[in-house]
Amino acid sequence: METLIGLLVAAPLLGAGVLLTGGRRFDRTGHLLGTLFALLSFVFGMVLFVNMLGKNADDRALHSHLFTWVPVEGFQAQVGFQLDQLSMTFVLLITGVGTLIHIYSIGYMEHDERRRRFFGYLNLFLAAMLLLVLADNYLLLYAGWEGVGLASYLLIGFWQHKPSAATAAKKAFLVNRVGDMGLSIGIMLMFTTFGSFAFSNVLPRAAQAAGTQHATITGIGFMLLLAACGKSAQVPLQSWLGDAMEGPTPVSALIHAATMVTAGVYLIVRSGAIFNAAPDAQTAVVTVGAVTLLFGAIVGCAKDDIKKALAGSTMSQIGYMIMAAGLGPIGYVFAIMHLVTHGFFKAGLFLGAGSVMHGMNDEVDMRRYGGLRKFMPITFVTFGLGYLAIIGFPGLSGFFSKDKIIEAAYAKGGTEGWILGSAALLGAAITAFYMTRVMLMTFFGEKRWVPDAEGHEPHPHESPKSMTVPMIILAFGSVFAGGLFSINSSFVKWLEPVTGHSEGNSPVSTGTVTAATMVCLVIGVGIAWLMYGRRSVPAVAPRGSLVTRAARRDLLQDDFNHVVLVRGGEHLTRSLVYLDHSLVDGVVNGSAASVGGLSGRLRRLQNGYVRSYAVSMLGGTAVVVAATLLMRAV
Amino acid sequence: MNPANYLYLAALLFTIGAAGVLIRRNAIVVFMCVELMLNACNLAFVTFSRLHGNLDGQVIAFFTMVVAAAEVVVGLAIIVSIYRTRHSASVDDANLMKL
Amino acid sequence: MTGSMSLAAAAYQTSTGEAVQFWVLGTVAVIGALGTVLMKKSVHSALSLAGTMIVLAVFYLAQGAYFLGVVQIVVYTGAIMMLFLFVVMLVGITAADSLKETLKGQRWMAALCGLGFGILLIAGIANASLHSFAGTGQANAADGGNVQGLAHLVFTKYVWAFEITGALLITAAIGAMVLTHRERTEERLTQREQAEARVREGKQVTPLPAPGTYARHNAVDVPALLPDGSISELSVSSTLRERGQIRDVSRDAMRRLAELDQRSDEWLERAPEQPELEHDGERAPASAEEGAK
Repeated sequence: METLIGLLVAAPLLGAGVLLTGGRRFDRTGHLLGTLFALLSFVFGMVLFVNMLGKNADDRALHSHLFTWVPVEGFQAQVGFQLDQLSMTFVLLITGVGTLIHIYSIGYMEHDERRRRFFGYLNLFLAAMLLLVLADNYLLLYAGWEGVGLASYLLIGFWQHKPSAATAAKKAFLVNRVGDMGLSIGIMLMFTTFGSFAFSNVLPRAAQAAGTQHATITGIGFMLLLAACGKSAQVPLQSWLGDAMEGPTPVSALIHAATMVTAGVYLIVRSGAIFNAAPDAQTAVVTVGAVTLLFGAIVGCAKDDIKKALAGSTMSQIGYMIMAAGLGPIGYVFAIMHLVTHGFFKAGLFLGAGSVMHGMNDEVDMRRYGGLRKFMPITFVTFGLGYLAIIGFPGLSGFFSKDKIIEAAYAKGGTEGWILGSAALLGAAITAFYMTRVMLMTFFGEKRWVPDAEGHEPHPHESPKSMTVPMIILAFGSVFAGGLFSINSSFVKWLEPVTGHSEGNSPVSTGTVTAATMVCLVIGVGIAWLMYGRRSVPAVAPRGSLVTRAARRDLLQDDFNHVVLVRGGEHLTRSLVYLDHSLVDGVVNGSAASVGGLSGRLRRLQNGYVRSYAVSMLGGTAVVVAATLLMRAV
Repeated sequence: MNPANYLYLAALLFTIGAAGVLIRRNAIVVFMCVELMLNACNLAFVTFSRLHGNLDGQVIAFFTMVVAAAEVVVGLAIIVSIYRTRHSASVDDANLMKL
Repeated sequence: MTGSMSLAAAAYQTSTGEAVQFWVLGTVAVIGALGTVLMKKSVHSALSLAGTMIVLAVFYLAQGAYFLGVVQIVVYTGAIMMLFLFVVMLVGITAADSLKETLKGQRWMAALCGLGFGILLIAGIANASLHSFAGTGQANAADGGNVQGLAHLVFTKYVWAFEITGALLITAAIGAMVLTHRERTEERLTQREQAEARVREGKQVTPLPAPGTYARHNAVDVPALLPDGSISELSVSSTLRERGQIRDVSRDAMRRLAELDQRSDEWLERAPEQPELEHDGERAPASAEEGAK
């Protein structure tokens, strides 16, 4: 069984290697090969899952040590895998949703010349993400972490002939670097504090050392949070996610549902012991989560680009997860549960959006859609189910997972709990609003189609089977996953041995929370219907209020970055250059000049006349004789 | 008379030789002054030999003579070859080793 | 044996004789040394140095170092000083012999350093308490004589140094040969080639004119006169020309001589040999005019 864990990672890695180095001979079969390797990985995952189910709850973790990476005295970097319930959940999500996206991409990328390369990158993405979640130490996790960053860079910039795509890829990579820096510093801190990278070593000792090394552990917690912010697009490192929509739609689905953005949540849940020992870091985590969930939701409300609206939604939903993860043992399980259900419905939504774009000549502006439900029935139904799931319609996946998070936020207790719970509730209302808006603008109302730049009239049509089948499967997931997880609290029991769980002491009863959520849901949907359902949608966006305009510009995040970081950086650089020129160069040149001047004077001693050298020698000898005599006299 | 007077004489001769090296420009005379300095040293060695009552000082003086002979041979050869190329025996004319 | 014993005994106690000898010969040595430094001509310097060395040889003998005393005379005064004179001859007298100082401040610095060094040395010797001394008599007697004693030391205790000096001497000899040896890199020119080269250069094809004019001025330092009365530079040695040792017999000088002759003739009341002088005076301009035509 342990060998299978290695194969789990090796299969997509092999696929990436074959597809990326194999050259043109795989052009015809590359997409099938890539899908096959992803599917193979999923099958391995399923086998391991079934095997794991057959064991006792406390005895389910598998360990597989491959080799020692850096065998240096005092610095032992191991390559080993650890497959416990948490990793298993991620493996199934990554390989399952990943495989579906592979299948979808066969149809979506059919006309792209570089499809083989695309599938190679997808496989690389899967392999890196699997490495990340299967690593049994932080160093190997970091390798996977960087691999994910690389693969996302390659995929976001896949259409590199578009300058916007190239820029977006660069932006994503650079913003991620900031987070990666946090992770690497965190790992270094861990090593200096605990002398090891292994989860099995670091985490228990972090729990023990809570009292004695509080500051260090809090520092590690903040660094890990910074890393999570980068990968999971949380405030303040969220700016890359919207631009990442420049990539092909399956990439967006993959990044938002199964890989990449979930890595931050994984990191925080996996490092739960560290955060439990550092309450300040936990507070920071919940703050980041709460701010991001509102931030993303507001951005999602104002976007007319369907993919960017969904991107705002992702930011918001990941904010929920991060907030839940920051709540400690009462929230870990629900963070992961929401992550899985979100994986289903967000993948479904993105694939649906891709399907719509596929039928509409790659148009992304929702103001140019309208009334598509009759032309794309399957897309409409699957997208609609995803929509119901994400707004938390009773009985569907999102209902179970999001409610639990809101409940857990209240269970945090005190003023903090009230603020977090209310923020989450408000987020739920806004979610209902913007998702209803997307739904209404896309599938309802009158047609607002316009010919594209080359004058082709759009002929909306249903997508091919290879695209609709994954959407249908994901729709099933969106509908049933949450309920399945909640029957008999099965998901809580499943994850509890790894993450720990506590019920918390909620000041509000479950029924009240559910009722409040329902009210928020109805209000959100109602307002959206009033604004976009009853009235016709103008083809050109109205100017809108100050908030709307700010939200259209991603709540000025890029402007903020530009003013503070870019301008500030430029000024800093300029002043440093000035310092360098005046002070550093001044000292260097000044010392050089003084040495040169002194040498110029001393050079005159070196006049080439042997006799003056002889005078110096005799003078020196006289001094030595004098010194000798003096020493003897003393 | 105290034999230390020989040492004073040696010191005097040595100093005169050194001054000659510094003052004279003719390479041959400079060489002679060096020889004078060596001889002054030899006188000192012989006097030391007498003061200590053993012959080691004389052996050293003997070796000094041998080395001086070798030195003179090579030194004069150098002077001759310099004179051939530069038509000058002045030590001041050989002043290319400078900046 | 007995002679050496008596001399060794004298070395214990500096006798009055030795003291007198020291003060007399020491003065000579210092004068010789000063002469070496201050004499303008290097030959004189070499001779002064030889004198000092001989005095030193006597001092060696007086202090019981018989072997060294002899070697000093034979090797130093005999061989090395002769080598010096040989090189002085080879190099010749040059402008370097001038005692005029050309380096700025050199003489002052030399005087300062020399004085300081000398005073320090003498102070150092005076500082050492040298009131009793062993003398070489015992040491010389131990092996049956000074030479035997030295040989004993040189071939036992200092044998390694001795061998090294042998190597040094060989190296020095070879070094001197290498330094003074000049490799001939091209074929020596034949007489014919030399003649052809001279014609090609067009400098002076004919033999150089012989020096001297008239029967009374046929010495090598008198340049020949050309038909116009000017002198021919080529007829005298370049060495003499550079030294300015040419006796000028150009026309003005000739005229002055003629006037002197005339005055002496008048004083002696002799009839002047007028036609002969005029003949000489008029012929030269005529030939110059001919040359101009």
